[in-house]
Amino acid sequence: MPRDTSPLTLADLPRVLVARVTAVCGTGPGAERLLELGFCPGTEVRFERQAPFGGPLIVSLRGYQLSLRVGEARNVCIEPIGGRP
Amino acid sequence: MHRAHRGPAVSASAKRREYGPTLALVGSPNAGKTTLFNALTGLRGKTGNYPGVTVDRRYGTIETDGAPARLIDLPGSYSLHAISEDEAVAVRVLRGEMEGTAPPDAVVFVADATTLPRSLPMLADVMLLGRPTMLVLTMVDELKARGGDIDLFRLQGELGIPVVGVVGNRGLGIDDLRQRVTDPSTWSRPKALPDADTESRFRWADALLEKVTRHPVQESALTRRVDAVLLHPVGGLLVFLAFIATFFQAIFTWAAPAMDLFSGVMDGMADWVLATFPPGLLTDLLADGIIRGVGSVVVFVPQIALLFGLIFLFEASGYMARAAFVVDRVMGWAGLEGRCFISLLSSYACAVPGILATRNIPSPRDRLATILVAPFATCSARLPVYTLLIATFVPADPVIGPLTKQGLTLMGLYLLGGFSAVLFAALFKRGMLRGASLPFYLELPPYRVPSLRSVGAQVWRRLKVFLRDAGTIILAGSVVLWVLLNFPRAEVEEGVSDAVAHQQQIEQSIAAHIGRAMEPVTEPLGFDWRINIGLIGSFAARELMVSTLAQVYAYAGDDLDEDSDRLGVVLTTPDPETGEPPLDFAAAMALLAFFVYALLCLSTVAVVRRETGGWRWPLFMVSYMGAVAWLAAFAVHRIAS
Repeated sequence: MPRDTSPLTLADLPRVLVARVTAVCGTGPGAERLLELGFCPGTEVRFERQAPFGGPLIVSLRGYQLSLRVGEARNVCIEPIGGRP
Repeated sequence: MHRAHRGPAVSASAKRREYGPTLALVGSPNAGKTTLFNALTGLRGKTGNYPGVTVDRRYGTIETDGAPARLIDLPGSYSLHAISEDEAVAVRVLRGEMEGTAPPDAVVFVADATTLPRSLPMLADVMLLGRPTMLVLTMVDELKARGGDIDLFRLQGELGIPVVGVVGNRGLGIDDLRQRVTDPSTWSRPKALPDADTESRFRWADALLEKVTRHPVQESALTRRVDAVLLHPVGGLLVFLAFIATFFQAIFTWAAPAMDLFSGVMDGMADWVLATFPPGLLTDLLADGIIRGVGSVVVFVPQIALLFGLIFLFEASGYMARAAFVVDRVMGWAGLEGRCFISLLSSYACAVPGILATRNIPSPRDRLATILVAPFATCSARLPVYTLLIATFVPADPVIGPLTKQGLTLMGLYLLGGFSAVLFAALFKRGMLRGASLPFYLELPPYRVPSLRSVGAQVWRRLKVFLRDAGTIILAGSVVLWVLLNFPRAEVEEGVSDAVAHQQQIEQSIAAHIGRAMEPVTEPLGFDWRINIGLIGSFAARELMVSTLAQVYAYAGDDLDEDSDRLGVVLTTPDPETGEPPLDFAAAMALLAFFVYALLCLSTVAVVRRETGGWRWPLFMVSYMGAVAWLAAFAVHRIAS
């Protein structure tokens, strides 16, 4: 996968660990809900853990923890905070 | 008790005089809304239904020294842009668009004090509706314990609306809230509001919190430590398995004494009726139809109460969300989400509460798929049938350690039910219920000590729904079954014993005619018309199969548990006329397979009809599960003979 050209998403959070949301991609109720859950541009997100075998992620944002699947996580674009590890 | 349902006959203004203003309780799941509702209404809340949708309508009265107010508890929601049926109801009530529900006079917005950065943007949406709004911050004790400090006075000043901090489960701040909440005309109105778009609202919330936060809340250290174990890839799975094992142990073993007591009392009442009143049809109807029918309902009460008690306890403590996270991979393979597993788990006690529990699944497709497979989970009504057949036909030979062939068979049947549920859900989601799915997300709230009062209130509410939904149908089914078995009246020869007279009656009953008519279909499975009568009986409630068979084989009226053994002997003793036993090994195994799959339960059919809003899906379920049951029984019969 051309990692350098494609923007980072929440699905990459396990290796980025801490990031800032840049945008919610996609439209429709799914995208709207991600915004409502707090994935607003500028929001800081932190990786908590991931279930084995590509299972759902747990991230913390806005003072709470949320679990979402990798498929949904791809709809949130992020930029790492403090450079790439 | 139904005065609130009186409808258009009472004018809105008269209603307002009688009950005071109507307040809507709004907030996200896990915000402590239910606990607050119970604290304010003093557990006198009532449950109804919104017309046309299957969302519980909970309302109660806030009693104060002054004027009372009515409180409507709206379903928990993360947003006013609804994506699930629950949320849509909340939004329609708030906007005054819900048929049969007057628009609320004011809104009480409930927010967990520790998650304000997420919940304040929704408050903005609520305030933009233009109704008087009050903000109630729950769990202010937890906020403090986690080092957080919010200037509530300043928050109130910045928002413009009244702000009250409470600890719902300990009743702190509730009296103060109760006095302030009942008269919305005195509430101050919001100051500067943001634009309605999501980003503006979040920016507004962030700016607001910047001003009022003295110390930001720290994450819960306890939660971090506990999650390190409970969400560990290996440890978490082990804990999950232990959780499931405890769950089953509880609903089957711990509930057993109470269940035995209840069924003993009902049997005692039936015996007393038979002994006290003159013999005749009315006495029979009372003892065998009505009391036995009531008995088959109340016998489930301890188990279902325990089931919901555990579910609500685990939910309130925060573990349920973790369990859904742990099993999400398996459920994901079936095309479902972690939350569906709670419904399937409940269905192991009874499919009716399991299906009711699907209401919080946001995706309609996932919800329907869960409903369609929930009855495959081995409900406790199957247990008496399994016990009878296994004890009679499977030898108790030891296999490994304490495990016998009987125990393994029973375990196999339970696993087969669960496996089939997941398999068929996968088939449906890959077939007719395929389509774009809703986003899956699950909040993992910090671990909290559940409020027993609140859990008790929730259990009681679910129990009432079960008694209303399943109870009436089981009772009616039991009476219909009694009619089918006792009419038309047979001419009984003089001088025969009661048991033989009863048997002669059954042989000429409507049920026997139906049973004989079913024989062409059930013959390849090894069931004769007598077994078919038992199958008819199981429609009223599956466990009635045992007592129906007991009646068919002339063992009516006695205690069921003793009967099971005697019935087993009868089932294996060759009939003097044909030289064949009523049920051979192959047919018994086929009957077990049939019971794993067939939807032999009128209550489930009725609940599915209500939850899916028509006959289409319940009829589909009866058909496909019947077909699967027949094929499975046929295959088992072939292999076993």
